[in-house]
Amino acid sequence: MIDVLNIPPAFILIFGAFLLPFLKGWSRKTFILILPLITLAAIWQVHDGVQITAGFLDFELQLVKGNNLSRLFATVFSIMAFAGGLFALNRNNVIEMVAAFAYAGSAIGVALAGDLVTVFVYWELMAVGSTVVVWSAQTPESGRAAMRYALVHLFGGVVLMVGVIAYAQETGTIDFVHMQANSFATWSILIGFLINTGAPPLSAWLPDAYPESSWSGSVFLSAFTTKTAVYVLLVGFAGTQFLIWVGLYMIFYGIIYALLENDMRRILAYSIINQVGFMVVAVGIGTEMSINGAAAHAFTHIIYKALLLMSAGSVMYMTGGKRKCTDLGGLFQSMPLTTLAGTIGALAISSVPWTSGFISKSMTNQAAFDEGYAFTWFCLVAASAGVFLHAGIKFPWFVFFQKDSGLRPKDPPWNMKAAMILFSILCVWIGVQPQYLYAILPYPTDYQPYTQAHVIDMLQLLLYSGLAFFVLLGLMKRTLTITLDFDWFYRKLAVDIAAKATVVIGKCVNIFKSLTNKLISSAITLATQHHNPRGVLARTTPAGIMTFWMVMLLCAYLVIYLFV
Amino acid sequence: MNTKSAKNNEQKLHWLVRPKTIKGLWIVGIVVLAFVTWLGTLTHPHVKFGIEGTFAFSSWYGFITCVGMVIFAKCIVGIFLTRKDTYYDD
Repeated sequence: MIDVLNIPPAFILIFGAFLLPFLKGWSRKTFILILPLITLAAIWQVHDGVQITAGFLDFELQLVKGNNLSRLFATVFSIMAFAGGLFALNRNNVIEMVAAFAYAGSAIGVALAGDLVTVFVYWELMAVGSTVVVWSAQTPESGRAAMRYALVHLFGGVVLMVGVIAYAQETGTIDFVHMQANSFATWSILIGFLINTGAPPLSAWLPDAYPESSWSGSVFLSAFTTKTAVYVLLVGFAGTQFLIWVGLYMIFYGIIYALLENDMRRILAYSIINQVGFMVVAVGIGTEMSINGAAAHAFTHIIYKALLLMSAGSVMYMTGGKRKCTDLGGLFQSMPLTTLAGTIGALAISSVPWTSGFISKSMTNQAAFDEGYAFTWFCLVAASAGVFLHAGIKFPWFVFFQKDSGLRPKDPPWNMKAAMILFSILCVWIGVQPQYLYAILPYPTDYQPYTQAHVIDMLQLLLYSGLAFFVLLGLMKRTLTITLDFDWFYRKLAVDIAAKATVVIGKCVNIFKSLTNKLISSAITLATQHHNPRGVLARTTPAGIMTFWMVMLLCAYLVIYLFV
Repeated sequence: MNTKSAKNNEQKLHWLVRPKTIKGLWIVGIVVLAFVTWLGTLTHPHVKFGIEGTFAFSSWYGFITCVGMVIFAKCIVGIFLTRKDTYYDD
C-alpha cells in the first residue's frame, strides 16, 4: 500500500511526528510505537535504483534511491526510532519526541537520497531536529549546549552547501555518487560530512552536547548524526586513504578523553567518536571487506550504544539526574536489569565473542590485515583493547559496581526495561547468528568471525586489557574534573577575549568621551571668552571707534595706492 | 568481639562485594588468564607482519598498550588539560 502511494519512507516519520501533539494518552503512545514500524515496512518496499523523483531548478531530485547499503542504514535507523520511542514512552515532553522522530526520519531521508541536494536538505533537517532534542532537556546547560551544537552544525551545513553548489557548477550534475577528494567542491563536501562524524578538530561538539540532553534524548542522539555521516562517507569517499588517519585520530582521541572523564554519559559520548573512528578507518581502506565492516559496525554500534545510553538514562531517571561516576556505584544491588543491560552493551562495544561488536568490528581489522596495512592494523588491535578499557569495563564498573554509593534506586518503568531487553537480545542474537546481518550487507561475504584463532586472540586481548584496568585502578580513580578540548577556543578563549575586548573598548570609549568633553568645553570657553557681552567679538563698541578705524583703513589704502 | 562485629559487617555486604568473594574472583581471573594464554599456544594464526606470531601476542600486546594508554592519558594529557568540572561555570 505504501509502495502504491509512492511516499518517501522518511516522510512517514517526519510528518507523522507532527501529529503527535494532537494525540493524548494511549493513542499517542501507540502512534509512537507504530510510526517507526510503518516506516520500516516502507523502507523494505524500496527496490534497487531510483524510485521517486522531483524537479528542482534544472535538476532532477532523486528523493528515494534503493540499494543494499541505503536499506541497511534506513532499517537500523527505523529500528532505533522504535526502541527510542519505546524507551521514551513515559517522557512527558512531546516536543522532544516530535523532534526526535523528525530527526530520525531525516536520517532515513539521507540514507535513501540519490542526489546531493536531497542529502543537504535532510542534513539540515537533522541539525534542526537534533538541536531541539538537546534543548528539550530544558536546563540552562542544555540550552547553552544546544546553541553551541547548532552553531557547529550550521557551519558544517554551510561548508556542505558550498561544496554541493561548487560540485554542481563543476560537473553539471548533483547525483550522489562516489567522488575523489581532489577539488575545492569535493573537499568542501568531505569536510561537511566529516564535521558530523565528530572528526578533528571540531570533535568536541559531541561530548559537549549529547550529555546535556535528557535521559531519553541522548538515546536518539547517539544513533543518527554520526552514523548518517558514516553512510555518506561510504557512498561518496570510500577508499580515500586520508580518512584512515582521521579515523585513527578519532579512535585514540575517544579512548584518551574517556579514560579521563568522570561523567558517565560523557564517557559514552567520547566512545561514540572512538567507535565512529573505526568506521572512518574502514571507509578509508575502501575494500569490499572494509565497507561491509563499516556498514555492519554502524548497524551493531547503533544498537549497543543506544543500549548503553538507555542504561545510563535509566540510572539518571531513577537517581534524580546523577551522572557523575564519583556520585555513583553499587547500583547492581538494586538495579539488576539495568546493570545486566549496561553490561551486555559494554561487552558488545568491546567486541567480546558472541556479541554483536565481535562479528562487525573485526571485519575492519581483517580488512587492514588483508591489505597489509601494518601500522593501521596494530593501532586497531591496540584500540580494540582500549575500548574494553574505557567503555567495556570503566562504564559498568564505576556506575554499577566499585564503591557503594549508598544509592538504592529500583529498575526503571516497564517501557524502559522493555527497550533495554529488546536491544540486549539483539546484541547477543546478532553476535550468535551473524549470518542474518551479513546477508544484508552491501557486498556478499563469506567472512567467518568464529575461527578458533580469532576467538582466542580476542579473549586474550580483552582479558589482559581487563587485567591492566584492575592493576592500574589507582590511576583510574575518578576525580571531579573535566578535560579541555578544542571547544575551549570558543567557550573560554573567545569569551575571555570578548570580555577583555569589551573592557578595552569601554576604556577607549571613556577616553574618547572625556577628550570630546574637554574639546567641547574648551570650545565653549573660547566662544564664551570672545562672545560674552564683554568679549572682543560680542561687546558693543561706539560708532566713533568704527569710523576712526574705517578712516585709518582708507588712509592705508590711499598710501599703498600712491606709493606702491 | 571485634572479630565478631567484623564478621557481622561482612555478612551485611552483598555477597559479590565481600572481601572473600573479591579474593576468589582474583584467583578465578588469574586462572582464566593463564588458561586463555595456554589456549593460544594450540592455535596457528595467519602471520603477516611477523610480530603477531610471537608467543601470546594478543595477551602482552593488549596489556602493554592498555598500560601505555592509561599512563599517556593520566600522566601527559591529564597534567596539561585537566581542570575542575566547574571550569566553564565560573
